Amino acid sequence: MTERTSFCPNCGAPIAFRWSSSVQTVCTYCKSILVRSDVDLKKVGEVADLPPDASPVQINTEGRYGNNSFVVVGRIIYQYEQGGWNEWHIIFNDGKEGWLSDAQDEYMVSFAQNVPNLPSQKDAVLGRNFQWNGIQFAVTSRTLAHYAGVEGELPFQYWDKEDVVFIDLRSHANDFATLDYSDEKPVLYIGKAVDFDDLRLMNTRKFEGW
Amino acid sequence: MVETGPRKEVPTVNIRSVSCPNCGASVMIRSFGQAVNVVCGSCHAILDALDPNVQILQKFSAAMKFQPLSPLGSRGKLRGTLYEAVGFQRRQIDVDGEKYSWGEYVLFNPYKGFRYLTEYDGHWNDVAPLRTLPNTTIVTGPVTYLGQTYKHFQTAQASTIFVIGEFPWQVRVGEKVTVSDYVAPPRVLSSETASDKEVTWSLGEYLNGSDLWKAFSLPGHPPAPVGVYENQPSPLSGTAKAIWKTFWLLLLGAVVLYFANAGISKNKTVFTRAYVFDTNDPVGEHSFVTDTFEFTGTRAAPVKIESYANVDNDWIYLNYALVNEDTGQTYDFGREVSYYYDSEGSEGSRRDSAIIPSVPPGHYFLRIEPESDRKPGRISYTVTVTHDYPVGYWFWIAVALLFAPALLTTWRSMSFEHLRWQESDHAR
Repeated sequence: MTERTSFCPNCGAPIAFRWSSSVQTVCTYCKSILVRSDVDLKKVGEVADLPPDASPVQINTEGRYGNNSFVVVGRIIYQYEQGGWNEWHIIFNDGKEGWLSDAQDEYMVSFAQNVPNLPSQKDAVLGRNFQWNGIQFAVTSRTLAHYAGVEGELPFQYWDKEDVVFIDLRSHANDFATLDYSDEKPVLYIGKAVDFDDLRLMNTRKFEGW
Repeated sequence: MVETGPRKEVPTVNIRSVSCPNCGASVMIRSFGQAVNVVCGSCHAILDALDPNVQILQKFSAAMKFQPLSPLGSRGKLRGTLYEAVGFQRRQIDVDGEKYSWGEYVLFNPYKGFRYLTEYDGHWNDVAPLRTLPNTTIVTGPVTYLGQTYKHFQTAQASTIFVIGEFPWQVRVGEKVTVSDYVAPPRVLSSETASDKEVTWSLGEYLNGSDLWKAFSLPGHPPAPVGVYENQPSPLSGTAKAIWKTFWLLLLGAVVLYFANAGISKNKTVFTRAYVFDTNDPVGEHSFVTDTFEFTGTRAAPVKIESYANVDNDWIYLNYALVNEDTGQTYDFGREVSYYYDSEGSEGSRRDSAIIPSVPPGHYFLRIEPESDRKPGRISYTVTVTHDYPVGYWFWIAVALLFAPALLTTWRSMSFEHLRWQESDHAR
């Protein structure tokens, strides 16, 4: 299954999709945000300079989660008053997709859930409990984040955002959940906190003096 | 599906320096892009490390400067991971007008993130944020986390009084948070609550200053710990348990020996005879010898000589000599039997027994010489000799010897716990 190579409608650079279901990518040369339609690529915007970033993860970083290996193909960058974090879009060797979030080197792997009747922002108050997938979660924080950019391939269109609300929940085990209120309909992600060592990351960034 | 794309080389992440907008000094940022705030080392202005224009967030006059014991930039391995000290803050609580302050170090590794060290009066803790919610009910109640119960130790309002270096959060001098500590030595669970923010939990483990000094190659010696710290492991808690275990095992052994000894002892009466001593008998010499009796067997064994005298508010003294007819070996001893009573009570006993611990087998007789006052007249008394008598007094000595160290250790362990809890909200 080989993807046809397209060209950036803005600068003509070749654009290769590494994951067949990707909806959006960013031209690595001219930073145009490109959205895939039936036949061609359409430029919908441009990524401003990304904020300084110290994540050890980068596009093409490979790692493991459970018994599956994954590769990083894209990311969304957020900032809030306590710093910034990355939501890395990861594609597994079995074709599944998920997210590796990295907030000040605290790592979590999560997957979008198809759960009906998700609580509204108003209802998801601190301390309230919810049960999804048989796991009891308690709301631990509400974050007003600022969208700060995108890179690489994403499974949906995501650009031109401003402030976004996230509600984080945790269980009494290692589980965590995030309610993403980027769009009208909230999206639920459920995952686990993971140790850096357990991710067995390859092709990470290097740091001066380390 | 994933295809291999062209690898894009991202250059090494470099250490940044910013220039302090307050005093112009160059401020190095050691934690790359992860720091939220950085404090100017020269003028102590708190700067926004995320802002490319480096805004001043707070200027504070460091009335009292605190020197971190592990200097910023020093590196050491904790649990197999190399960390660099990048930030330091001093926090203070006020308990009944008494101020207590401690140091908190921010440690950083570019792959593993942040970790913390706390130091109070020479007591260190290695602290990491929790990923899992502990089970709590009320603030002062116990907390369970990963199957372990933590007892509430203290809740207090902590305020930041000094900062230097980098922090992965918004740090301000004067900021107050409510801190609750729950202990299960050597661990401590801590919750921090700012007025309107989420509760953050962390788990600390007691660390010996000397281990830290070694790990971070720090010069000199760590400050000596003062007193007993909330989660300092008791040097005796394990010992007390082990000692009691040993105590019960040895006690069981002693009981077995006691009954085995009682079981193999023949406990045989080899001689018994009644005599009368007439104190008015003018004969000066009252001594006489008994018939011969035999101690059988092959081993030396305890012998009990029991004297029973029919005395009423009177006494009799019996000079005994147990003589081995075969070897001439003699055991000399004297026993007094006295019994006094009136309407208020009594003193003494009509019965007395003496034990000779180890007497070889053979043929023996007793030489007996009774003495008393002249007045009472006739005193009748009985002498009984029991061979291979099961002796039990050693058992009680053994119990006492076993009991003493166990009791002492438990007492010392309890006083350690007393010192620990004296500093808590639950001091008695």
